[in-house]
Amino acid sequence: MTSITTQTRSVVVERDIAHPPEKLWRALTQPHLMEEWLMKNDFKPQVGHGFQLRGEWGGVLDCEVLAVEPNKTLSYTWNHEHPDPAYALRSVVTFTLTPTATGTHLRVEQAGFHPDQKQAYGGAHAGWKAFLGNLDQLLDRLD
Amino acid sequence: MTDAHDLLFRTLADPTRRGIFERLCRDGEQTVGALTALAGVSQPAVSKHLGVLKQAGLVSDRHEGRQTHYSAQVNALAPLVDWTSRMAGFWETRFDNLEDLLNRMDQ
Repeated sequence: MTSITTQTRSVVVERDIAHPPEKLWRALTQPHLMEEWLMKNDFKPQVGHGFQLRGEWGGVLDCEVLAVEPNKTLSYTWNHEHPDPAYALRSVVTFTLTPTATGTHLRVEQAGFHPDQKQAYGGAHAGWKAFLGNLDQLLDRLD
Repeated sequence: MTDAHDLLFRTLADPTRRGIFERLCRDGEQTVGALTALAGVSQPAVSKHLGVLKQAGLVSDRHEGRQTHYSAQVNALAPLVDWTSRMAGFWETRFDNLEDLLNRMDQ
């Protein structure tokens, strides 16, 4: 076993959306709409509100609202606790909305770390076993 | 999903091939003969699987005399192990759903 790393990484996905920021904001913050594109949830647009996102695969994400600036910025924690570190993740998700001539530029940044990152890279035994388990699950979900 | 992911998934989707790869990860370098003894398939079949794994960068080979030794190249899995790549795919898919939803919503 190698030591646990706390190295932070981030992923950014951006998209131009042909709808105004106000409408996009509703989809990002109203629970029944969030459920349609993201996951089941008990979200409220209040800083400090703790909520859960429940995936169709049975996974639960523990979240807390960090920032709410209507029609501009939304940020919450996105943590997945799991006894198997290969499945665990601690991160912060931030949505940024910028009005454009044709609608809204939507950017999501997810920054955080996977407690098992280094171990998985090092090819440690437990890491690989867990990885191959993940892969099986992923393959089941394709098609 | 990127082409690199696609290739890795396709390569590891076959249970026999995945078994060979797991064995190389677990036990280190092996010859075709040693792998065949435990794979439950013929030596030509094992060689064919090793060829596919090599093409995907998942194994490398080393010739020594008349024997070829194969070893796992675990770094080839980095694109899948790295959670950021997985999440990028996740958000792309969710943004597709989001656009569908917005198109259905009233102003």
